[in-house]
Amino acid sequence: MSKERIKISPDLYDIMPSDYQDLVQSATYGKEDRGWKDIGTSKELIEQHSLCAGCPESMAFRYILASLPNPEDTVMVGSTGCTSLVFPMVAVHNIHSLFGNQNAIASGLKRALSVRFPDRVKDVVVLAGDGATVDIGLDMTLQAWFRQEKFTTICFDNELYANTGGQESGLMQKGFVAKMAPVGKLFDKVRLPEIARESGCHYVVNCTVSKPSLVEKVIRNSVLIAREIGPTYIQLYTPCILEIGKNSMEGLQEMRDSEKPTERFAYKEYVSEPAKQFLAELAAKDKERKAAAKQLAGKA
Amino acid sequence: MTQYRVLPGPEHFLPPAAASMGIYLPNPGEAHINGVIVPEEKAYEEAARQFLMAQVPTIFPGPLVLWAWNEKAAKKAAAVRSLYETLKECVQPGQKPMLIPMPDYRPKYPKINPEVEINPNHPNLTIWHNKIDCCMFIGVHCHQANLSLKIIRGGTSCYTVAMCAQAGHEDAMLSFRDASVEKILKLGEWIRKLKGTVKPRLTSAKTSASN
Repeated sequence: MSKERIKISPDLYDIMPSDYQDLVQSATYGKEDRGWKDIGTSKELIEQHSLCAGCPESMAFRYILASLPNPEDTVMVGSTGCTSLVFPMVAVHNIHSLFGNQNAIASGLKRALSVRFPDRVKDVVVLAGDGATVDIGLDMTLQAWFRQEKFTTICFDNELYANTGGQESGLMQKGFVAKMAPVGKLFDKVRLPEIARESGCHYVVNCTVSKPSLVEKVIRNSVLIAREIGPTYIQLYTPCILEIGKNSMEGLQEMRDSEKPTERFAYKEYVSEPAKQFLAELAAKDKERKAAAKQLAGKA
Repeated sequence: MTQYRVLPGPEHFLPPAAASMGIYLPNPGEAHINGVIVPEEKAYEEAARQFLMAQVPTIFPGPLVLWAWNEKAAKKAAAVRSLYETLKECVQPGQKPMLIPMPDYRPKYPKINPEVEINPNHPNLTIWHNKIDCCMFIGVHCHQANLSLKIIRGGTSCYTVAMCAQAGHEDAMLSFRDASVEKILKLGEWIRKLKGTVKPRLTSAKTSASN
């Protein structure tokens, strides 16, 4: 897993657009400790995107792509929504599924990759909005978890259907009035993190993307646990600033306000026993590796 | 036998797939010109003639040769570069050969600059912006090449050549099959052979590669 496999033919190197040359030269493919701190010092796996200025989803995308442990061998499955505007700009393999089908497609994909590449680690990550995950695709989402499919599901929760003008979604909070839901939502926000836990997910987190270090840890854990143990689910609050009447600069504050202890996006984490054990082993190995590297640096 | 011929367009907004009009693919050792099966040797000559006649003859290398995903791909890339250099040597003043990459198939708009890279979903933009009147696809996955070739035939007057590593393309005006390093270099030899014998179609910039 490294840049060995991502090389431009030397005879045609000069005609490649600079974005591709940069990807080969300075992207973090194959780097063991890649993370959000690489942003700004190395080529990101996301080009300019077509989301609205100040959209928290764009922050989430950048942190997630910077945190994937194995981007060159990761396939992301997306669905209809604002996320599908970004995927064409992303330098990670991705599949756009029919609205709501993302977890069904990811199930087949993960199994096919295991058969096709038995000796190589291939990660599958679903990234879809709340409409695709909780409303239209809830059946596929739950069935994948029931079957213990080994991939990560990430939900960008903006609490409504944003790019069609603001209709009510299952994850919308009770009483919220949106542009195309003028009566206000009559029911509670669906408690998908709890449902995920009961459905067999081994690692479930509910948070915002205001803290890049936290997002990095959560994404890394979720992908590694899904690889070894079973399904994982991450619900990230990525508010649609347009639909909730905020300005471009106010997305971050909105997330900070929503993650206070009594608020609906206060950090919540569930880790199953096998996953806890796995994370402990991982931490021990990591510690060992870092100590060895330090020793080596000391000798040099 | 079909009367349909795969000719430079603009045919119309949604041209039919040539296969649906009765055009079929050549057998090994053969090629097709405008949908008519011919011996491969004849296709080399015609492709070389079209390149030497064009005002902006262009090679579009796709991901299968741009990325050195195996040794063979890198060798094909070297052959493509050699073909381009040959073309540059053999054209006359006023002709402008180009080598424009198709690095991948992402529809990355509005990021894409169609003058420096071609995307299979809108190849017509690259043809129009650079006024390309003859092009060759090489190293493009077949399904993407078919899509592009149809769009080009539908909306531009560009002559299309496919140097296909598989069974060829009905939707190109001229298609080779089983492309290899040797075949790419052989096309270069033919271009060299016909150098100075073909009168280039030098028109004003306004009318070239119309539509």
